[in-house]
Amino acid sequence: MAYPEYQNIFTQVQVQGTPEWGMDDAGNNMMEERVGKPFFSTLAGLFGNGQIGPYYWGWTSMVAFGTGLAWFFIVGFNMLAQVGWSIPQFIRQLFWLALEPPSPEYGLTMPPLNDGGWYIIASFFLLVSVMTWLLRAYLLAEQHKMGKHIFWGFAAAVWLFLVLGLFRPILMGSWSEAVPYGIFPHLDWTTAFSIRYGNLYYNPFHCLSIVFLYGSVLLFCMHGGTILAVTRYGGDRELEQIYDRGTATERAALFWRWTMGFNATMEGIHRWAWWFAVLTPITGGIGILLTGTVVDNWFIWAQEHNFAPMYDGSYGYADYGSYEAFIGKEN
Amino acid sequence: MLPKWFNKWNQDNPTNIFGPAILVGVAGAAVFIAAMVVSWGNPAQTSSLQTGPRGTGMSVPEFNVVRMAADPTIEDYYTEAPYVPEGGEDLARDIYENVQVLGDLTEDNFNRVMNAITQWVSPEQGCAYCHGDGDLETYGEDTLYTKVVSRRMIQMTQAINEDWDAHVNAVAEVGVNCYTCHRGENVPSDIWFKVSPVNASAAGWSANQNQATSLSQSTSLPSDALEKYLLEGETIAVHSLESREAGVAGVDGYASIQDTERTYSLMNYFSNSLGVNCVFCHNSRAFYDGSQNTPQWGTASLGILMVQELNTEYLVPLQDTYPPERLGPIFADAPKAACKTCHKGYQRPMQGMNVIADWPELATTEAPVYE
Repeated sequence: MAYPEYQNIFTQVQVQGTPEWGMDDAGNNMMEERVGKPFFSTLAGLFGNGQIGPYYWGWTSMVAFGTGLAWFFIVGFNMLAQVGWSIPQFIRQLFWLALEPPSPEYGLTMPPLNDGGWYIIASFFLLVSVMTWLLRAYLLAEQHKMGKHIFWGFAAAVWLFLVLGLFRPILMGSWSEAVPYGIFPHLDWTTAFSIRYGNLYYNPFHCLSIVFLYGSVLLFCMHGGTILAVTRYGGDRELEQIYDRGTATERAALFWRWTMGFNATMEGIHRWAWWFAVLTPITGGIGILLTGTVVDNWFIWAQEHNFAPMYDGSYGYADYGSYEAFIGKEN
Repeated sequence: MLPKWFNKWNQDNPTNIFGPAILVGVAGAAVFIAAMVVSWGNPAQTSSLQTGPRGTGMSVPEFNVVRMAADPTIEDYYTEAPYVPEGGEDLARDIYENVQVLGDLTEDNFNRVMNAITQWVSPEQGCAYCHGDGDLETYGEDTLYTKVVSRRMIQMTQAINEDWDAHVNAVAEVGVNCYTCHRGENVPSDIWFKVSPVNASAAGWSANQNQATSLSQSTSLPSDALEKYLLEGETIAVHSLESREAGVAGVDGYASIQDTERTYSLMNYFSNSLGVNCVFCHNSRAFYDGSQNTPQWGTASLGILMVQELNTEYLVPLQDTYPPERLGPIFADAPKAACKTCHKGYQRPMQGMNVIADWPELATTEAPVYE
């Protein structure tokens, strides 16, 4: 049986030579701000470009890394203190441990360090870190004379982050509503958030967010699959295909048109993917911002707006069978 | 990436690897699936207990191997039918000294109950566990803490059967006796002690959670749920009952995320104690809505009140009676009960076996009625 190269899940052709340092133009000292001696990794080349580095290290990177590390170490050392500075316990309980937000009685005031004070300090550093990283995405795009699409995409995620940790707690009047920094504890928060507010599945913005999330996954798979499937005709050179449509594009387009009557274009598919991706956190953030501030019980809200149906039939197993039959003590 | 000699050898010796690869893959997958079926259970052999209308996902699924297995403690259960009095017999309170409970029993029945308690609670130590090593004449003395505790436990058992009939006999006559909790052990399994705060370096809500403990069921949820809800009687419900409710989280009865996590911790305990999931009692789309919950939710709600009474009226007041080794490891508090102390992971303790029919003496705080 033949084993064609284009069916491989890894990139087959790698180009390695003198590492590429990039441009240094327009007098903005771009070269100075690139650090790390570039080298080639064959392993990395299987997944993407084989060249590792150099890395942009402007003031935004320094601030974002510095404050990010401050957040990381405040969280880590609080966890370590919670297990009495025992490294084995720290490893054992790592996924259970967390730096929790303040108790509710402190409202929006500064709590004691051991009851959420460290959380507020850590959150401040995280806020600076994330916002600086967002600015970094903007400045880098500007230096490359690119559009700001990636900046806006990341800004959509930052919107959700700000809703969870800043906007909603302020509107609720309590920092205790913020999300704990811990592996399992942030999942506990997520579950409790849905339960407390009467089932988040009846929040229409949660519904939209799920649509865009699953839609993003579907579109990503459809697009990736389509491009890989026409790679043999040069379809992986997407940009060339946009301005000089060839047989790869024609086949991909016809496949989808004849599959579902409609097809995206080489350019349009990326707009579909970008909008689905950014709308996931945008709609999700709106849904969370409304929860507890405007709506306190989404199930009752859904009943009031006539989209939570009632079911016929009784509740309790006695009407459907018996416990004795279930455990095999009766036929 | 690979050495040149390897690539060269491959080029010189073209081999079809699809055959062996598929063979190895299929064999490996078969071994993996077999291991999963043996260790996790056969997914084809499950049954569900339906608990609500079709289309709502209301069902309690179980693996057949778990579902059909009998509770192993049922086999060791001891019981004996009562001797129905003909009237005119001397009663225990007249025959023996210091009989404060069970005094209305005839001598035969009194000894029958005493023997049963020995079988249920101290099958190895026998009578001496409560009455000491002395002669029969000394059996009236209250020198051992075990005897004082036993008397209170008999009163508790009678109160459960009499006052909490709606919980313990909710579906059919089941009742409770000493064996329901003890199962042949001096100290029942699945009792609980206070463990919170679990983080010495933190305060407030940071201190009572985020550690895997027995009381958090090894989750990162709060470890003080049993203490707050089943001892101190704090409000379990967290939902707003209107679509819009004013309030600041954690203030004036507006439940916070933290309150919700603690309730979730309690519910998780319930679930593990009874071997059921959420929808055995709740319709998960509206947890708070009694009209969409099952009758089992009502039975469980009564159980909450019952456990609160057992802890505050019977178990905690025995604090000073116990020797230190019976007290909690952290706060030296009295051992306390909750759902799992009786249920032991089953929907009904001992799978619904009637443990009260033979024991009218334990069914009432009044003189027993024999039928």
